[in-house]
Amino acid sequence: MSDNLVVRPIVQATALTKQVSTGDEQLTILENINLEVNAGDSVAVVGASGSGKSTLLGLLAGLDTPSSGKVHLDGEDIFLLDEDARAALRGRILGFVFQSFQLLPALTAIENVMLPLELAGISNATTAALELLERVGLGTRLKHYPRQLSGGEQQRVAIARAFVTQPQLLLADEPTGNLDSTTGAQIIELMFELNRERGTTLVLVTHDEAISSRCAWRIRLAGGKVVN
Amino acid sequence: MNIFKLSFRMLRRDWRAGELRVLAFALVIAVGGMTTVGFFADRVQLALSRQGNQLLGADLIIFSDHTLPSQYAEQAKRQRLAISTALKFPSMAAKGDNSLLTEIKAVTAGYPLRGELRISEDFGDTSPRTTRIANAIPAPGSAWVDEKLMIQLALSRGDTIEVGTAHFIVTALITQEPDYSIGFINLRPRVLINTVDLPATGLVQQGSRIGYRLLVSGDSGEVENFRKWAQSRLTLGERIEGIRDARPEIKAALERAEKFLSLAALASVVLAAAAAALAVRRFTQRHLDGCAVMRCLGASQATMLRLYMYHFATLGLIASGAGCLLGFVAQGALAFWLSGLVEAELPWPSVWPAVHGLLTGLVLLLGFALPPLLNLRSVPALRVLRRDIGMSNTHSLTGYALGLAALSVLFLWKAGDVRLGASVMGGFAAAIAVFGLLGFLLVKALSHMRGQTGGALRYGLASIRRRATASVVQAVALGLGLMALLALTLIRDDLLQNWRTSLPPDAPDHFLVNIQADQLEPLAAFFNQHKIAQPPVFPMVRGRLTAVNDKPIASGDYNDIRAKRLVEREFNLSWAQEMPSDNQIIKGHWWKSGDSGKAVMSMEEGIAKTVGVGLGDKLTYDVAGSTFSATITSLRKVDWDTFRVNFFVVTPPGVLEKYPATYITSFHLPPKQMDVTNQLIKAFPNLLVIDVATIINQVHKVIEQVSKAVEFVFLFTLLAGLAVLYAAIASTQDERIHEAAIFRTLGAKRWQLARAWAAEFAILGGLAGLFAAAGASALGYVIGEYALNLTYTFNPSIWLTGVLSGMIGVTAAGLMGTRSALSTPPLITLRNI
Ligand SMILES: Nc1ncnc2c1ncn2[C@@H]1O[C@H](COP(=O)(O)OP(=O)(O)OP(=O)(O)O)[C@@H](O)[C@H]1O
Ligand SMILES: [Mg+2]
Repeated sequence: MSDNLVVRPIVQATALTKQVSTGDEQLTILENINLEVNAGDSVAVVGASGSGKSTLLGLLAGLDTPSSGKVHLDGEDIFLLDEDARAALRGRILGFVFQSFQLLPALTAIENVMLPLELAGISNATTAALELLERVGLGTRLKHYPRQLSGGEQQRVAIARAFVTQPQLLLADEPTGNLDSTTGAQIIELMFELNRERGTTLVLVTHDEAISSRCAWRIRLAGGKVVN
Repeated sequence: MNIFKLSFRMLRRDWRAGELRVLAFALVIAVGGMTTVGFFADRVQLALSRQGNQLLGADLIIFSDHTLPSQYAEQAKRQRLAISTALKFPSMAAKGDNSLLTEIKAVTAGYPLRGELRISEDFGDTSPRTTRIANAIPAPGSAWVDEKLMIQLALSRGDTIEVGTAHFIVTALITQEPDYSIGFINLRPRVLINTVDLPATGLVQQGSRIGYRLLVSGDSGEVENFRKWAQSRLTLGERIEGIRDARPEIKAALERAEKFLSLAALASVVLAAAAAALAVRRFTQRHLDGCAVMRCLGASQATMLRLYMYHFATLGLIASGAGCLLGFVAQGALAFWLSGLVEAELPWPSVWPAVHGLLTGLVLLLGFALPPLLNLRSVPALRVLRRDIGMSNTHSLTGYALGLAALSVLFLWKAGDVRLGASVMGGFAAAIAVFGLLGFLLVKALSHMRGQTGGALRYGLASIRRRATASVVQAVALGLGLMALLALTLIRDDLLQNWRTSLPPDAPDHFLVNIQADQLEPLAAFFNQHKIAQPPVFPMVRGRLTAVNDKPIASGDYNDIRAKRLVEREFNLSWAQEMPSDNQIIKGHWWKSGDSGKAVMSMEEGIAKTVGVGLGDKLTYDVAGSTFSATITSLRKVDWDTFRVNFFVVTPPGVLEKYPATYITSFHLPPKQMDVTNQLIKAFPNLLVIDVATIINQVHKVIEQVSKAVEFVFLFTLLAGLAVLYAAIASTQDERIHEAAIFRTLGAKRWQLARAWAAEFAILGGLAGLFAAAGASALGYVIGEYALNLTYTFNPSIWLTGVLSGMIGVTAAGLMGTRSALSTPPLITLRNI
């Protein structure tokens, strides 16, 4: 844990630009984004719909490739790696929470939480998964399928799945977007608690000013550019 | 944890969650249907040949004109085959002063090995006689005689007859003899005795004309081995025959039935393929999200590929295994059910159908699952953020090509007949291409019609357009399935029709041979008197082939045993103005009315080939001491399936009339009028009456059973067709559930939605039916014409049947399948999206 004491960026984006061509037109979604998030920090990415928040998050996670610019994750220049190596890196240091939960419908709650450990080849997946599900308050719903859980409960499972690998960085794309405000508040609460407990770095995309104000930093996007 | 364990775990989870139901069901039914057909066809084929063998009295017979070397019997014993011997020779049999030339047959215990010998103890004119199966052969010192001898020597039970230097007590009347039918040469009255009495007759000597036979029967594989073994050891004067060599009509019926059964099995493979392709498609669609998530969670492409490969391989093994089991159970039930119909006990099937089934299941699943899998592993992880990102389709076309290639290999293997397999496979490959293209164009065209229609139809069209790819895939798969079924129906109908017409219930079952010219009129009067329709009478002149193109020939010129025999024997030559209706000219032309008296002839193609002559060759015959020459101007195909009188060589009128001719005719005698033969024999003692009613009955039985088997097997292919339907409906089920929720939230009533879907299904089914009818007509024609040698009858109703059955079947199944989608409250559905 001594690493965490040294302040160094866990995510670093340099001159990140993303363009897509739609027909004969070049559309710039992100333009020259520079940012640094230090370990243990929490950052909110805010902005109007269509401002490029999800695109940025996808690039930071190496889910997509930029038109130009670099992303360093834990000191590694991820776009020098191939997709498989990036996937391995993600498995090692990243956790995800999505707006639409993205639980596998054929897997029960506990199996969904176990999945990242199983994919990483870690053996006592059950114990770790059990512990986290209890932590998020779903210790009694282990064998339930996603469709038998409410949206809030599903998102809790997703949070448990994100934290089960003990990631250094948690990326969340509007984790409360599909939930009512009370449930959303509970979910956010849970995320910040876990974040504190485990010293995870958090990058959170949100529309919600109240939520963003809880983060240490705030990055505002407008038309694909950072405005502050 | 290793990938294999994880994949097994995922398989279990998917199974438990019901994700694999469609795929597994499709696979189990498909493999089950196929193995049922395979197992059953296997058993029926064995049973049918055995049934046929009853006519031969054995599975195989070695004929010889000299004492057979002991090696054959020894080898047969080594192979644990049952054997029995029979000796035949002509000899006078006498009762008091009356004597008659008869055919003596001496047999050993066990005779006949197949079929039954029926005898009666009722002598005299009584009819009907009580008959029973002879469980043994005549005891030493006794003889069994046939009706002809009984009548002509006025024998009654206990009389003594004299054969050579031995005396026999007549103890029974032979009413049915299995091998009576082998060739129509056995025209003489018959006497059956025990071999131990042979020496006493003093008739078996050097130079006597004796035919020796070794009858062999047993396990079909062993019999076949024995045949191969013996074939290479035959010397001059020896030949080996199975039922197929002996009875062309049975051979034809059996071979067609076998081909049909293997076609049915092939059709079920095609159906299985269509079902598997559809189900795999659905599976991968449903797993897109999961894959993206796993990629997010750090799984590499290789991991994903292996995960799903193992997943599918395991699933394939389990489902195919279950399918095989199902097939085995189903065929057992089928066999049990059929046991009343098939007289012969059904032999056990071989393991090959199971191996076929297992392999087919795996090849199908992997062949069709691999391409989507290759795509699945490269699902962009970004999909977790943007749902609209699907998977690339780069592998789908090449992948289906792979599946098809694998399928083709299976096909050729299963068909066991390259031409049949290739034509079916080629047909289906072409069909997929054409259907796919047409489907695509039609879907496009249909969606333009949207403006002109209203209500449900409009929504149906809209849905089809929205799901364009899925719709085309569904239509093609359904079309293929229906095409396989329709083609099979067509061929089945042709087959059954062909059998029915070749042997109608009133097919001639009695032949009259050796009619003299001056007997024609009294004979016609006799028929009139007994109210029997006047049968056509054919002249017949016997001649021996002596020269081809003026070059003398001898049997030594030929290596082929059949050719040797043909050259040694006398041909029956006949003349006619019109060609018999069941003949067909293969080459050359039949003569016109003005050609009377020309020295030309028409020859049966098979015999021309054997003798090695063709169009334009001049053949010279020795007819009653003088020579007769004629040139071949046509070759004919003769349908030997029928029992009509047919000649190898026919000339125009005015050529053969100057030679001594006898006449031959055939007629049908209803069972009630059986005593007419006795009166016929009394009235025309020189006539030979050949009663083939028993053979025809046997052939009828064989054909009836083959037809039944064909029908039953067909039923099972239908089951595989259901699997396709199920998979096709299930393939868009998810979308439909989603759609239903949205529509109903927007206020659509259930029946409105149901009607829109019904319209969509009806259009899909109609399209599939249209494809199927077109494909089946083409395929039916090709297969019928080239593989089964059936004359294909164009069937316009197939279009109506195809389109209607497609529409009704798909709509009914579709609505049944989507009932749950309609009745799920929208909230539940929406919550799950
Ligand atoms: N592959 C693409 N092709 C075309 N346009 C794209 C593509 N990806 C993103 N965009 C566009 O880029 C813009 C930013 O998209 P993005 O999803 O990042 O927005 P967002 O800020 O996450 O919006 P929201 O708050 O609605 O989720 C949008 O206008 C989107 O339509
Ligand atoms: Mg977004």
